[in-house]
Amino acid sequence: MMRYLESFAIPVGALLVSLLLFGLFITVAGVNPFDVFASIYRGAFGSWFAWQDTLVRAAPLMLTALCTALPARAGLIVIGGEGAVVVGGFFAALIGIVLNGVFPPFLVILGMMLVAAVAGAVWIGAVGALRHLRGVNETISSLLLNYIAIALLNFFVVGMLKDPATLNKPSTYPIGDANMLGAMGSSSIHWGLGIGIIVCVVLWFLMRRTTFGFGVDVVGGNVRAAQLTGLPVGRLIITACALGGAAAGIAGMIEVAAVHGRANTSLNAGYGYAGILVAFLARHNPLAIIPVAILLGGIRASGGVLQRAHDLPDATTLVMQGIIFVVILASEALYGRLRWLQPKAQPA
Amino acid sequence: MKRRTLLKGIAGAGIGAALGGLGITRAFAEDKVKMGFIYVGPRDDYGYNQAHFEGKSTVAKQGWVKAFDEENVPETIEVIKTMESMINLDGAQVLFPTSFGYFPHILKIAGKYPKVMFLHCGGLWDASKHPKNVGSYFCYIDEPMYLAGIVAGHMSKSGKLGYIAAIPIPQVLRNVNSFTMGARSVNPKITTNVVFTGGWANPVKEAEASNSMIDQGIDVVTCHVDSPKVVVETAEKRGVMCCGYHTNQAVLAPKGFLTTAEWNWSKVYADYAEMIKSGKTIPNLARGGIKEGIVKSSPYGAVVSEKARKNADDVRAKFMDGSMVVYKGPVKDNKGNTVIAAGKEYKQTDIWLESMDWLVEGVIGAAKS
Repeated sequence: MMRYLESFAIPVGALLVSLLLFGLFITVAGVNPFDVFASIYRGAFGSWFAWQDTLVRAAPLMLTALCTALPARAGLIVIGGEGAVVVGGFFAALIGIVLNGVFPPFLVILGMMLVAAVAGAVWIGAVGALRHLRGVNETISSLLLNYIAIALLNFFVVGMLKDPATLNKPSTYPIGDANMLGAMGSSSIHWGLGIGIIVCVVLWFLMRRTTFGFGVDVVGGNVRAAQLTGLPVGRLIITACALGGAAAGIAGMIEVAAVHGRANTSLNAGYGYAGILVAFLARHNPLAIIPVAILLGGIRASGGVLQRAHDLPDATTLVMQGIIFVVILASEALYGRLRWLQPKAQPA
Repeated sequence: MKRRTLLKGIAGAGIGAALGGLGITRAFAEDKVKMGFIYVGPRDDYGYNQAHFEGKSTVAKQGWVKAFDEENVPETIEVIKTMESMINLDGAQVLFPTSFGYFPHILKIAGKYPKVMFLHCGGLWDASKHPKNVGSYFCYIDEPMYLAGIVAGHMSKSGKLGYIAAIPIPQVLRNVNSFTMGARSVNPKITTNVVFTGGWANPVKEAEASNSMIDQGIDVVTCHVDSPKVVVETAEKRGVMCCGYHTNQAVLAPKGFLTTAEWNWSKVYADYAEMIKSGKTIPNLARGGIKEGIVKSSPYGAVVSEKARKNADDVRAKFMDGSMVVYKGPVKDNKGNTVIAAGKEYKQTDIWLESMDWLVEGVIGAAKS
């Protein structure tokens, strides 16, 4: 029980400290911090409309966060979520265009999701393989792969896959209205949120409740120890990377199938990079990613209200995210150090 | 325990303030014209977004207008949510989502809010396809680009101009062509090197392209990207001349700045605000150029010669009286094909110009990748 209390109390405490620091920053900027907090609440969680706004923005972050969180459990810092989103979205659109009208929408959507997951898995799996087999730094290689993915997308979107009707915003042909992911119930939230939550829960189970997940954690904790115990280190690293890549690939598919209906440069809207922040805040725990993504979605949603109500620049929300990031990372040092949060010593 | 009590207190204070805040913000006057502006990049980019922000700031000075805006809004579902938030939380009556890629997202929600007018910058509205509460406005900015070309043509010593462009789409190609035709009206031997960076905001590639152009002996550079800041500053640092784009960049290059093709959104937005105030029907399609006063040239830089000023001013007068036609045959593309036959002319309003996929003779570069 106390173990859970600690992993709850420290992040929440860190969050409150960062809100305090952010309040100071706002005061220095000449705005009443309580008005600003009120606006954040109003824009992010103050009404059903605000909640929908928050959740829709959180959906892609859940999946892109997994792209950093899973490899991180194996000890790799991967920042290639953006590229995996682009590749996943691109291949999803490609398969959607080919299958449009040939199969019923359910199968087309399933096909798009599978292909996007495989594309993302290969993309980030390659990062893991390069690291394990050739010793290439995974942070650098995954960052550079982002640029390659965007360049490939540009090449096809202005070239052979361009729909001539999209004159000034080059895009691929549409996947067809019938094959779009709709909204959940009567809300305006698309099914991307549901898929994101399901993937997070499934991967949490895999990482925390199976021998595979335990193996990955051992590799991340101490590679030498993992090798000595005979764990298949390479396979674990590459699989963890591939699973993360698959999640980000699905995020790309959702952007195509729930939002744009075709692939274009709007795929690289920065969700891959925002996901890195979510993963670190959630301490690479797939289940914790869900609330953290919602929190960040809320901050993004309220960013607009801050600009409109207080004439604060958009960078204000970035400052807030930055403060939260730094304080949470600093709070990592507190684990196991606060005596009142430790389990009582067992009587001898 | 004490610490926890303190935390509880802080949380409670926060919620109390939140509830109090709701009441205050609802109490705004109802009779103002409420206008929402959305930009894809930062307000102070010395470029496309700043031009719109300046337009918004001017209209916001009217006491009877309440104008609010949001910057850095991506062309994803986020812009839908931003628009809905402006409508639901701020009571926006008219929205100006200014980025070209916002259009499909506008169409998705326009039906849901029939009382709100959605005005998109880009000229895509089509009466047969789109709802009545959507409209578009756009300007013929290639007219001041043509004038900038004339100035560049006079000022260049090497006869080599450079154009750093985002992506090869009709809007961009039209500016490149008009600029080049302006320069070649002065000296038919002038060439324009064009480089496409592949994106609207790629500062690193923009700097690389500028430097490599200057290394090749190009002595006037201009650009069509969201923020001309990097190109203009690089040119100034390397001691060559430059023309800007979108807004006036004279402060960034006091020595080498020639002129800029500028938007004049202040007039456009003020006109729309007047229409709403007086209850007039807003036209679904609004376009114009130098004559209508919605695009202009920045004041000439100090280095611009008397001859160049006179030539550009003369042509501007022709734009004003409507006698100037840029796309008048014979025009060849840079592969030697005749694209506009002799005697044929395409006026600014001609829709054919809006599917341009060729580069005019004198441009070094390819329109298709």
